[in-house]
Amino acid sequence: MNRPVAILIGAALILAFATMALVVIPGFQVHNLETTGYLEDYTQQELRGRQVYINQGCIYCHSQQPRSFGQTPADMTKGWGRASTPADYVYDKPHLLGTMRTGPDLLNVGARLPSQAWHLTHLFQPRAIFEWSLMPAYPFLFELKQQPAADDLVVKLPSQFKPAGHQVVAKQSALDLVAYLQSLDRTYPVADKEHYLRDQGFDGQLETEQSQEVKNESGEG
Amino acid sequence: MHTSFSLLLILSFVVSLVALAAMVWAITRGHFFGGKKAALSIFEEGETDVLDDPASVYSTRTHQFDAVRAGIDKSGRSVVLVFLSVAMFFLLVGSLYGLLSSFKLHLPDWLSQYEFLTFGRARTVHLNLVNYGWLSVASLAVVLWVIPRVFRTPLRRPRMALWGGLIWTLGLIAGALAISLGWSDGVEWLEIPWQISVFLVVGVLFVAWPVIETATHREVEHVYVSAWYFLAALLWFPLLYFIAKIPGLHFGVEQATLNWWFAHNVLGLWVTPMGIATAYYLIPKIIGKPIFSYNLSVLGFWSLALFYSQVGIHHLVGGPIPTWLVTLSIVHSIMMFVPVIAVAINQHGLMLKNMWAFKQSYTLRFIWLGALMYTLSSFQGSLEALRSINTITHFTHFTVAHAHLGAYGFISLIMMGAFYYILPHLFGRAWPKPGLIKLHFWLVVVGITIYVVFLSVGGWLQGVELLNPATSFETITRNIKPYLEWRSLGGSLMTLGHFVFAYHFLIMLKQPKAHTRGGE
Ligand code: HEM
Ligand code: HEM
Repeated sequence: MNRPVAILIGAALILAFATMALVVIPGFQVHNLETTGYLEDYTQQELRGRQVYINQGCIYCHSQQPRSFGQTPADMTKGWGRASTPADYVYDKPHLLGTMRTGPDLLNVGARLPSQAWHLTHLFQPRAIFEWSLMPAYPFLFELKQQPAADDLVVKLPSQFKPAGHQVVAKQSALDLVAYLQSLDRTYPVADKEHYLRDQGFDGQLETEQSQEVKNESGEG
Repeated sequence: MHTSFSLLLILSFVVSLVALAAMVWAITRGHFFGGKKAALSIFEEGETDVLDDPASVYSTRTHQFDAVRAGIDKSGRSVVLVFLSVAMFFLLVGSLYGLLSSFKLHLPDWLSQYEFLTFGRARTVHLNLVNYGWLSVASLAVVLWVIPRVFRTPLRRPRMALWGGLIWTLGLIAGALAISLGWSDGVEWLEIPWQISVFLVVGVLFVAWPVIETATHREVEHVYVSAWYFLAALLWFPLLYFIAKIPGLHFGVEQATLNWWFAHNVLGLWVTPMGIATAYYLIPKIIGKPIFSYNLSVLGFWSLALFYSQVGIHHLVGGPIPTWLVTLSIVHSIMMFVPVIAVAINQHGLMLKNMWAFKQSYTLRFIWLGALMYTLSSFQGSLEALRSINTITHFTHFTVAHAHLGAYGFISLIMMGAFYYILPHLFGRAWPKPGLIKLHFWLVVVGITIYVVFLSVGGWLQGVELLNPATSFETITRNIKPYLEWRSLGGSLMTLGHFVFAYHFLIMLKQPKAHTRGGE
């Protein structure tokens, strides 16, 4: 036992055991999930926008996993949506659950904020919309033009944020990103069997019923 | 279906407990693991009961800087030096990126025109450089230096290890550039594109091979506890990283479990064992007394392996992940008290009986403070995994404070201490300006204290507010801002400390031979 090789073998076995528990078995449990029937795959443009979301690192401030009503009613009242289930993510490659809420949850931002114009202004300069926002500005997703072309999308800005003598025009990457954000909408209702596949450790019996009701309501809306 | 998974949960836990019981039994059966003799195996004649810190004015040993081991140290001398220099480089660049990210969080329009420095990218470059550049490379340097010593045989294939370091370093630089330019795999802790990650896997294997070969040529009977951790970590990391980076293996929430299985293991089974093992070697060496209980340290090792490997899903508490899995990781997070207390009794037990050494040696201060922060951050982490606490701290800057208490307060401080101990032995001469060590120490200690205290308080308040349906996001954002500003102050002091450290390192390297004290 007092041998380096024995240590290595023991160490490898333990890791294999943990991998079974944490990765392989849960993998079987949630593998090949049927989509709920409501969720649609991303379009080509939305997928390009998703890549922009990834490479700009939005995930480091925004989660995409609203909490259950049993854990807190706050997510629901802020309009972030019902508790998500594994079936909500079947098209997510890679996953973007996130672990920070320096900014709000975005899993249902497409339902909460459907306007393209709003998003373009917000991405160009978040403080043009919320004076208190700490979100970075993304001016490099836009270009300045003196004479925008006919099919250019000109960003609406309050006068103090307008660059002198120029119009702000969205680049393709900004349009793609906004298309992705608009696609984020998991407000459809979920069945109990899907709900069982998520963490229900915070949901007492009573709360589950309550949240069920809220879920159904929001599903209709 | 529900019940069968509950059974699995219980099964995993029972297996871990049985394994633990078997360990305790094996240990009580006697000298199975070597006991006291093994604990003493790191000392040569006359090395016990005297302070050994070349950076301390109190070090009374007419220091020959380990004439006994000079032959052993020599084989790996240049490799270790290269690794230490690379680690220092990544410490500096990595901290600058951390500082940049920190300022950007409260000054969102600062430098916002440069896409490659946007918060999401700068922060990711920070994490990758400090984790894979500073912590990992510094750890590898320590491994390459300590392993031949505890096995009393020269390092085998030092050139192969050097190549490994080179491949790793170039891979990491390429990875950081890729992220800066917007090419990322998009998974936290695994952002470096897999095409580049291959280099990191090959690099670490090139280091692991010589280490294992050296171990198999050992000329001591006992395997000292530090070597247990080092060897296991060198096996775990390549496996973990390789599996986690296989493209297209998983997606959706399955990928999320894979993600956090990896991300917590890279902490628990890679940098943490490195930090613990370094402390297990250096604390007794500096004080000149063996650790409190060798058998306990072995128990600590196996229980760490068992429990730490299963805690990853505590990063997804309350998420779209099956309940049993979350509970499994919470239970194992609590079980982490076992290995943490085992290490604490051993390291702090020895230290508390020898506080004189703490006063005399700044090297030891770095290392012991680091060991203490290991205990603290782990206790904190175990509690943070509980549902009642996690519901507040998850998604907030409290997590970031915890991350720095662990990755900085624990591992970084221990690695800095290791630099102060190793370099004089490598060069056979003392540090040119001991005052700078003091300055470095106080800058980073004050800095990290500000960092952790303010972000913990701010993060906690943020978490409470996030749970309150009546609090608007505007209020939450306005309230967190001052705490983020304090973090920038703390981070600036830390970064300044790193520059002092690097300057001292440079003049140590450049010191003319004539100034050397002691011989090679
Ligand atoms: C008993 C030991 C420990 C336990 C049970 C533990 C537990 C936790 C928990 C519950 C979280 C928060 C997850 C979340 O809410 O998102 C966390 C985050 C973290 N911990 Fe620990 N921790 C332990 C020790 C350590 C140590 C020693 C280190 C440093 C080496 C460390 C580094 C981190 C980091 C870096 C994060 C942030 C990860 C991220 O979000 O990217 N932890 N830990
Ligand atoms: C050199 C030692 C350091 C290490 C090992 C280290 C480690 C880490 C880790 C593991 C994370 C990820 C935390 C998480 O995901 O929860 C992180 C994030 C971060 N670190 Fe560091 N760090 C170091 C130094 C610094 C310094 C000097 C600063 C300067 C203020 C800093 C500022 C930050 C910031 C701003 C973040 C991003 C937090 C966020 O996403 O909100 N770090 N660091």
